[in-house]
Amino acid sequence: MADTHNSAVPVQPSPRVNGVAAWALVLCVFALLWLAGSSVADWAFDYPKAFMIPAKRWIGDGMKWLLNEASFGLFTFLDLTRFIAAVIDIPYRTALSLLSTGFLQGQGSSAIQIVPPLPWIAVIGIVSLIGYHAGGRKLAVLVGACFTFLAVFGQWHSAMVTLASIIVAVPMGVMFGLLLGIMAFRWPAFERAIIPVLDLMQTIPVFAYLVPILFLFGFGPTAAVVATLIYALPPMTRVTILSLRKVPSEIVDLGNMIGCNRRQMTWRVMVPSAKDSLMVGVNQVIMLSLNMVIIASMIGAGGLGFDVLSALRRLNIGAGLEAGLAIVALAIALDRLSQAYANRAAQPHHGEQVKTGFIYRHPYTLAAIVLVLLTMTAGVFLSGVQDYPPDAVVSTGPFWSDLVSWINVNFYDTLEGLKNALLLNAMIPFKRFLLGLPWLGVIGLIAFAGYSLGGLRLAATVGTLAFLIAATGQWEKAMITTYLCGSAVVLASLIGIPIAILVAERDRMWRVVQVIIDTLQTLPSFVYLMPAVMLFRVGDFTAMIAVVAYAVAPAIRYTVLGLQNVDPRLIEAGKTMGCTPWQLLTRIRLKLAMPEIMLGLNQTIMFALSMLVITALVGTRDLGQEVYIALTKADTGRGLVAGLAVAFIGIIADRLISAGARRTRQSLGLA
Amino acid sequence: MQLGKTIMRAGFALALGAAVALPGSAMAAAESSDPIKLTLHDWTGQLITTQLMGEVLKKAGYSVEYVQADYLAQFAGLESGDLHVAMEIWETTGRDAMDAATATGKVENLGPTGMKAKEEWWFPEYMKEKCPGLPNWEALKDEKCAEAFSTAETAPKGRYLGGPVTWGGYDDERVEALGLPFEVIHAGTDAALFAELESAYQRKAPILLWIYAPHWAPAKYKGEWIEFPEYTKECYTDPAWGGNPDALYDCGKPFGEIWKVSWAGLKDKWPGAYKAIKAFTVDNDEMGAMISAVDLDGKTVEAVVGEWMGANEARWSDWIK
Repeated sequence: MADTHNSAVPVQPSPRVNGVAAWALVLCVFALLWLAGSSVADWAFDYPKAFMIPAKRWIGDGMKWLLNEASFGLFTFLDLTRFIAAVIDIPYRTALSLLSTGFLQGQGSSAIQIVPPLPWIAVIGIVSLIGYHAGGRKLAVLVGACFTFLAVFGQWHSAMVTLASIIVAVPMGVMFGLLLGIMAFRWPAFERAIIPVLDLMQTIPVFAYLVPILFLFGFGPTAAVVATLIYALPPMTRVTILSLRKVPSEIVDLGNMIGCNRRQMTWRVMVPSAKDSLMVGVNQVIMLSLNMVIIASMIGAGGLGFDVLSALRRLNIGAGLEAGLAIVALAIALDRLSQAYANRAAQPHHGEQVKTGFIYRHPYTLAAIVLVLLTMTAGVFLSGVQDYPPDAVVSTGPFWSDLVSWINVNFYDTLEGLKNALLLNAMIPFKRFLLGLPWLGVIGLIAFAGYSLGGLRLAATVGTLAFLIAATGQWEKAMITTYLCGSAVVLASLIGIPIAILVAERDRMWRVVQVIIDTLQTLPSFVYLMPAVMLFRVGDFTAMIAVVAYAVAPAIRYTVLGLQNVDPRLIEAGKTMGCTPWQLLTRIRLKLAMPEIMLGLNQTIMFALSMLVITALVGTRDLGQEVYIALTKADTGRGLVAGLAVAFIGIIADRLISAGARRTRQSLGLA
Repeated sequence: MQLGKTIMRAGFALALGAAVALPGSAMAAAESSDPIKLTLHDWTGQLITTQLMGEVLKKAGYSVEYVQADYLAQFAGLESGDLHVAMEIWETTGRDAMDAATATGKVENLGPTGMKAKEEWWFPEYMKEKCPGLPNWEALKDEKCAEAFSTAETAPKGRYLGGPVTWGGYDDERVEALGLPFEVIHAGTDAALFAELESAYQRKAPILLWIYAPHWAPAKYKGEWIEFPEYTKECYTDPAWGGNPDALYDCGKPFGEIWKVSWAGLKDKWPGAYKAIKAFTVDNDEMGAMISAVDLDGKTVEAVVGEWMGANEARWSDWIK
């Protein structure tokens, strides 16, 4: 992120007056262009075809070259990527054999199982042991319960397949993320180069690069792991850079004094002392990997994602929900485990008894081995130990289908009225308004906003990105995207911020809300998309609901964070000055929490954009649909160009809001 | 519910090789013992077709592996040889992707499955009350009838829910050419299409939408296809044809083949399997009965496939001769 333009921040009142005047002037010019321009300058509304940048063709050709011709002399580029795929395949096969298929001899239907997979009881036992090791009895029970849920609801096999790809993807994501982060920390030039790449990795919709990945890495679970890595790795790198920077200089000095060389400095001093915050990155990698489960299943990873898709295809809402909740259960178990290890790492280890003998040194490992041996032996004689007995599977499926149909039959008209009111009075006019704007004027406004918030450099960045969207012929679709995301972000903020204000100081309620937003974030949106279609029909409104459900989480989370971090002394001071609770809220707490709220807004926008491709599945006509169509036609160029346009919208919003937040912080004297 | 899971699990067990070593017949003995990878998608008919083929290949002594893959994304895998056989590529929805793939020379079309894809506008039976002229398409021209199909966003025009944009189908053009007072709304996915139907059917609410067969929907819901002027090739190529002398597409939709497609290397690596897959055919009625048995009667895919194998031994053993 470009953070070199604090010189442009006005502090005296006079530039502010100038600023208002300048804004007024710019808006007047814009309005003039908009109202009178269409007759004089038609090209300002429709980007002239002759000046279009043929980026689709360039990217398509580049891809062909990479696939067919690119070579390093001894081996081709394709050989390299296929080699990488083969390397990733080894740990994946091992994990899969252990958890799901057992170790096999031969392939396909003629394979013979030599060793069965771990019995379900053993897996539950092992994760509980890990839980006990990381966070004591309470955690052990929680994690054990999550995994038992998988077995009881008949999701065991699929869940183990999903788990196998997660436990391969996560360590790799953490490792590469950490290495990139360390490199960026060491070499500022590398950091400058990699930050924009990370932005793109997080904002380009996965569907846009799925086709090239399939060609390069082959069709199957390994390609899914690679796609997961691309999506889940950036936060790890970001967190690494941040947390290495935060290592206290005393510790670095100490390292220097005792004569550490560079490698020791990194691995023995810096990384261990940043371990605490690095675990936050690990946690993010886990969560994002689980977000990819659905898409991964479309390219051969199977598992829970496939169950969700397949159930909804049959309109079996209950089955889809159960498979979706199984993903949530996995997410909660893994999330709480990684958080517990983070907390453990934060506590100083003291008084560890020195004991000898294998049993004393490795009680957990030993217990796990004993458990595996016992259950596997028992499994040979008792089928219920090896596989969860199918008769004991519980299903709530019919209940959910009935519930949706009950709502549908009894409340459809009410819902329809609500939907129509919102659609006809707010959303459609907003859409028409955005589509009627001249692209030239909008780019001008964006650039001016960049200038007034962060100076020339920011203006150039956001202006160029916006221009590229127009120049590649995506303006109209980008405007529909803006309309859809914009409406969703407004609605998510209107719902999220009041909830956050309500729960910020009520611990118990906050905990409940946390569980809800965790679920919303990890439950595949497909699960609630289809019931939404049943109640609201195909169209923009349904798409918006799905986006809001996903994007409301950061709005709540960051607002709560901001409100909780307000210095209590300031609130005390406000009280003694006789502020009413309303004044306390609006004049002090919300104002001081503003930087976090804006960061939350930023994240809300990012989340909304990342849902775009999913909304294409209910028939929107935006960039998400463009990416989806490109995927179905295996058109790499078209997909990536549309994907980049989505990324650009995200980056423009991010840069402007960050600059705004920085200014707010400065004017509040917080930075 | 239980059924869905059983299918999944069975798919799994098979996919990951739940180890039934079959006595290899002479045919497969000389060929590669690598598993032939067949793709499974997410609709029942395709699961049945694929597992029929898989079972037949197993009888011939081949090792078979089922891989779950997206209908369109799979072409990347078929081109590179990571996947080998896709049993159902619909003329109507997969033609573009299939043509693009066969044009590379790395994918081969193994001919029709014998099933025909029917696609047309469809309405539930209770709509006949509000629009008595149905199923004749000319009834849709009546404004009152169109209004019966309208929603707040489309009124006074009727609302027709078309397939995803990627399916093509020329519905926007059809509405124009036939002068129907209807607006075409595109569903994003197949699942969304049937979610709307289910919802409307529960409430006995108006709906007019794109349905295709073989599928469970025409068996589950009572309704009829709209009868448009019958499709001919000229209708799509010659404007002068049909009721509207200036426009194409003034007729119904064509019946489409459902194709079998494979990786081009299949022929050399497993010549016997190649021959068997080419020989494979089933027809619409057979398939329709099997789909209903699974989706409506709650049988498992394996059971249905097993029954078919038992009843048609003469047929399939002919394919693998």
